[in-house]
Amino acid sequence: MSTEARKPPPQIALKIRRILGGKAGWNGVAVQFAFAAILGWIGYEIVSNARANLENQHIAAGFGFLRNNAGFDVNQTLISYTGSDTFLRVFVVGLLNTLVVSVVGIVFATVIGFIVALCRLSPNWLLSRVGEIYVEVIRNLPVLFQILFWYLAVLAALPNPRQSISLLGIAFLSNRGLVVPSPIGQSGLEPFLAMLALGVVASLALRFHARRALFQEGRMIRIWPYVLGLLLGLPLATVLVFGLPFTFELPQLRGFNFAGGSRIIPEFVALTVALSTYTAAFIAEIVRAGILSVHKGQMEAGSSLGLSRGATLRLIVVPQAMRVIVPPLTNQYLNLTKNSSLAVAIGYPDLVSVFAGTSLSQTGQAIEIIAMTMGIYLLISLLTSAVMSVYGWRVSRSLGA
Amino acid sequence: MKRVTLALTLALAAGLSAQAADAQTLKTVKDRGMLSCGVSQGLPGFSSPDDKGNWTGIDVDVCRAIAGAIFNDPTKIKFVPLSAKDRFTALQSGEIDVLSRNTTWTISRDTSLGANFTGVTYYDGQGFMVKKSLKVNSALELNSASVCVQTGTTTEQNLADYFKANNMKYEVIAFATNDETVKAYEAGRCDVFTTDQSGLYANRLKLANPNDHMVLPEIISKEPLGPMVRHGDDQWFDIVKWTLFAMVTAEELGVTSKNVDEKAKLENPELKRVLGSDGNFGEQLGLTKDWVVRIVKTVGNYGEVFDRNVGAGSPLAINRGLNNLWNKGGLQYAPPIR
Repeated sequence: MSTEARKPPPQIALKIRRILGGKAGWNGVAVQFAFAAILGWIGYEIVSNARANLENQHIAAGFGFLRNNAGFDVNQTLISYTGSDTFLRVFVVGLLNTLVVSVVGIVFATVIGFIVALCRLSPNWLLSRVGEIYVEVIRNLPVLFQILFWYLAVLAALPNPRQSISLLGIAFLSNRGLVVPSPIGQSGLEPFLAMLALGVVASLALRFHARRALFQEGRMIRIWPYVLGLLLGLPLATVLVFGLPFTFELPQLRGFNFAGGSRIIPEFVALTVALSTYTAAFIAEIVRAGILSVHKGQMEAGSSLGLSRGATLRLIVVPQAMRVIVPPLTNQYLNLTKNSSLAVAIGYPDLVSVFAGTSLSQTGQAIEIIAMTMGIYLLISLLTSAVMSVYGWRVSRSLGA
Repeated sequence: MKRVTLALTLALAAGLSAQAADAQTLKTVKDRGMLSCGVSQGLPGFSSPDDKGNWTGIDVDVCRAIAGAIFNDPTKIKFVPLSAKDRFTALQSGEIDVLSRNTTWTISRDTSLGANFTGVTYYDGQGFMVKKSLKVNSALELNSASVCVQTGTTTEQNLADYFKANNMKYEVIAFATNDETVKAYEAGRCDVFTTDQSGLYANRLKLANPNDHMVLPEIISKEPLGPMVRHGDDQWFDIVKWTLFAMVTAEELGVTSKNVDEKAKLENPELKRVLGSDGNFGEQLGLTKDWVVRIVKTVGNYGEVFDRNVGAGSPLAINRGLNNLWNKGGLQYAPPIR
């Protein structure tokens, strides 16, 4: 007789039963598999049906078109692009334009949203009414209408390039956008950037050191004079040694438009302003709700410690409110990104406009292009949610919740 | 529940795409009692609704002629206004039976969209419109200009080619619809508005002061505009193709909407063939013997349609030019009906 211990029953099968079947046990597992099979069959039917129909009607299919020449131009490109580049490059150009408007929009929307929320919560009667009116007016008007308003209002108010408004003779504002001098790198650029980076790293190290001293030993260290010296002094020293890091190319009126310099097109301005003010109205309400969710006693505790209202908000209330704010804030960020596709109405060359619009009608390959566009929006949204989840998790952790 | 709904939706989508491949367009149209015709969202002279919602224009009349030939009733049409970038998808998916929307015939559209052009209703070419105050007399003086254009058109590619070929810089601002493009041009967002020359004259009428704007003399492209039908239904392709030919033939023979009944009684062998008292060409198409009479009674011959919508009898007042009959110095030529 062996005295080996009895083997435990196999865990994997039980696990599968629990996960898929739940209370229904093995029957539940069978139902789930049947359901998955039906879904798979439907998906297969759709794909094969679409493919057969496309072939029957001799409609071009597949992703080969991405290597073809696009043959049209785009008026805002963050990477170099000409009409003889491929549709794949058009896709990247459009995607970058969507991303830049979303990121800039999100930053402005967050800042405006926080300011408006603090206005609404302010004990000052006038400030809180102004905040309230802002929220009620902006969030109750359709966003497309607001985009068109900003676009047409901005355009109507500005003069043509020949009568453009000169800002100190170096920047020019007209209905073609804002033209600013563009920096051109010189020989001193590399040491300048290297020293700037060194300054930033050293400042961060100083801050880390100061916070440790504060939390562990209770010592306050004044670091801002050193930080200022590092950030300004080091780069300035390289300028003295190596010469100017860059010179500016000034815009000049030539023919119809300005030549030289960099330009911010009015479509971008209108879209960013409209999206960020619109989303800010919702963010303001989210932030207000978050701050109100923190018990009043926290505010009173802050005052009784002698902290100012601003310091109490910054150090005590907002960190606790963030836990409530972050999840709905993510929704607003996603909304803003998706609303940026309304750009097509005012001719801003975003992904939907240049890829799902122009490229689609030049190639006629609706299924592939729409699938790619949907896929990339999904990816952007999931990435945004993931980043915000990590941030939310860190906020909760730092509060020990 | 949600999953069931999703599954149903997907199944429905699969069913719809199966229907699009159906090759019986004439039967479908007759069963429906209505021709579904894709037109533009508003281009005076080609297809635009008036204040009562009645559609007029040369592209609209092509559809009315088809409906007239099938139903003997030009009102049995549903007009579907489409933007330039939605038009091919609408045709491919079966939402419309014929696309008659100032569409340029090109090889890539003819071969890769699963659709065929049936003929040329209007020979056009791309041009430029500028404000007179810019004092520009030629398109070659447009270096560094900002150009407004409607997205999803051959115009956009011609523009890129033209400026590149002439070594000129430009900025393009592309809008989704014609009206947005015109509005941005009028607001001063761009110096130049470009589209087919007929479209320039048509859009100039929409501006506040049409006389402050001029169309530059250069024509930078060939733009033969014509109707399109789906691949795979040769009978329907023939009907749309021959409807246009019938209109041109009628003009050639001097048959108009006013004299068609008298002409039908004449003992002229060609007139008898065309107007259906001799032979059965209409029935071979799947229509009736008097199909040409129906078409001419509905919209008139090609010359009448041209004059009424874009020519001398319209505010556009465009010359016949290339669109005159072949025996009058133009390109409009129909194969014989025999």
